[in-house]
Amino acid sequence: MHAIRTEGLTKHYSVGFWRSRPYVALDHLSLEVAQGEIFGFLGPNGAGKTTTLKLLMQLIFPTSGQAWILDRPAGDVEMRRRIGYLPENPSFYDNVSAEELLAYFAALFGYRGAERAKRVAVLLDEVGLGAERRLQLRKYSKGMIQRVGLAQALINDPDVVFLDEPMSGLDPIGRREVRDIILRLRDRGATVFFSSHILADAESICSRVGIVAGGKLVAAGTLADMVPFHIKGWDLIVSGVSADTRAALAARGATATLISEGRYHVVLPPELSSAEAVALVRATGGELVSINPVRDTLEDFFLAQVQQSARRTFD
Amino acid sequence: MRAIGLVALHVFRDSVRDKVLYSIVAFAVLLMAASYLIGQLTAGEDLKIIKDLGLAAMSLMGLFIAVFIGIGLIAREIDRRSIYAVLAKPVRRTELIVGKYLGLVGTLFVNLAVMAVAYYVILAYIGSTLSPAALKAAPAPAADPRLLLAVVMIGFELALVTAIALFWSTFSSSALLSAGLTVAMYVAGQFGADLKNFEQVVESPAAGMVGRGLYYLLPNFAAFDIKTEVVHALPVQPGYLVLTAVYALVYIALLLVASVVIFSRRDFK
Repeated sequence: MHAIRTEGLTKHYSVGFWRSRPYVALDHLSLEVAQGEIFGFLGPNGAGKTTTLKLLMQLIFPTSGQAWILDRPAGDVEMRRRIGYLPENPSFYDNVSAEELLAYFAALFGYRGAERAKRVAVLLDEVGLGAERRLQLRKYSKGMIQRVGLAQALINDPDVVFLDEPMSGLDPIGRREVRDIILRLRDRGATVFFSSHILADAESICSRVGIVAGGKLVAAGTLADMVPFHIKGWDLIVSGVSADTRAALAARGATATLISEGRYHVVLPPELSSAEAVALVRATGGELVSINPVRDTLEDFFLAQVQQSARRTFD
Repeated sequence: MRAIGLVALHVFRDSVRDKVLYSIVAFAVLLMAASYLIGQLTAGEDLKIIKDLGLAAMSLMGLFIAVFIGIGLIAREIDRRSIYAVLAKPVRRTELIVGKYLGLVGTLFVNLAVMAVAYYVILAYIGSTLSPAALKAAPAPAADPRLLLAVVMIGFELALVTAIALFWSTFSSSALLSAGLTVAMYVAGQFGADLKNFEQVVESPAAGMVGRGLYYLLPNFAAFDIKTEVVHALPVQPGYLVLTAVYALVYIALLLVASVVIFSRRDFK
């Protein structure tokens, strides 16, 4: 059983008032996400990420194609008992508190009485909302609303969780917390499908990613498939290096850039082994501050894919 | 059914706390109290004027509540995207619409009850200040229970206005447009009798037919107005009241069905 499956999912909007013309928001998206995966759905703004999520939630209806969640059609109401959804930039009701909102949603899932109160309290603790949970939502900051949004997406202990830009509006601490929540969800066997345009988020937690650009899926696979672990060189920070050291490094094809007093950023070609470089620096009286391998990142791959897709569209 | 109840309860809780509501109700009570002053200006007729103005205030403020908060049912929810999270829950769109409608009608009725209590308190107070002779001369007692008939009719009228507000907001995502269309329909519906007799005053048979068509299509709000009858202690046929109530319920049901049909197919872009 797949957690999520789409076949040729397509959505056209008509734009323009008098002479309306179709705008392809999503073009034949076929995708499979296995159970227990953390799937990162990546793409630049306007690529079709939110459209895909809305189609899966059946907030909009496809022009053609189909989607299934847990092997049930996307519109199936019973299936929704087993999923959670955090919309992009969520917004709720002004005059209720976080506690009341969650109690309402929990009731829709059939939780009652003490069990419901407990579920609400656990979730609000998990997303880090303290005493403010009793305040009306109109007094909340953007980051707090995002936390409420995350809590309501998890209220029913879902098997599949859809998160549209879950990190947006959060500070670095909040982002870390969200990342931990996603990892905990995976640990208890849930599937997480999240969209983002921030690649670092995806790189640190995803088991698989899909890249969408211009409404089309341009790549999908594991990070290892997309970004080969191929070392392109070495990145060193060294201090106390003399002109001699720099000359010796330059002779071996390295470039050195001054950062601050006596501290240099050195980039070594891949032919030179890290041990050789370190030895060279030490031998000439310098001191090594840090050394890192230079390899392709998801960002490099992403940019290449998005640019290629834009070029194809342009041609 | 459970989902409908939960949605209704949530709407009631959210809307009953809306600050706009308090100001509208406070304003209505103020208006009723002020009618006492206006009544002072007209010798002999003061009680009738106070009764009439009080009912008018209730009806007008109820209209404000039905339109402005009613529009918030769907239009504002789509505008602000709070509907996204709800629709991803195990709730059918039909249940959402019906639940929201019932929740708002609940809010409306609670407010109407508050205004009615204030109305009777004011009337009872005024009744206590009048001389026995003046009371005897009046066609009905000050806190006349028959006035409740008019309040109940206002209730039906406002329930219908709410259904109209809901209907418009299912396909327009602009809250302002929905409000405008609802008020326009309310105003047009006040001229039911004129539309019915339109063919007698126009030459063109086509215009006459348009008038008659509109008469059948638009809700006849004038039918709910029994203020004059109750204030002047004129008879009101029970059959008329029942028929008007049934008319409101049928019209509301049709509007709800239409709203559900439109809303079930709607894309939330």
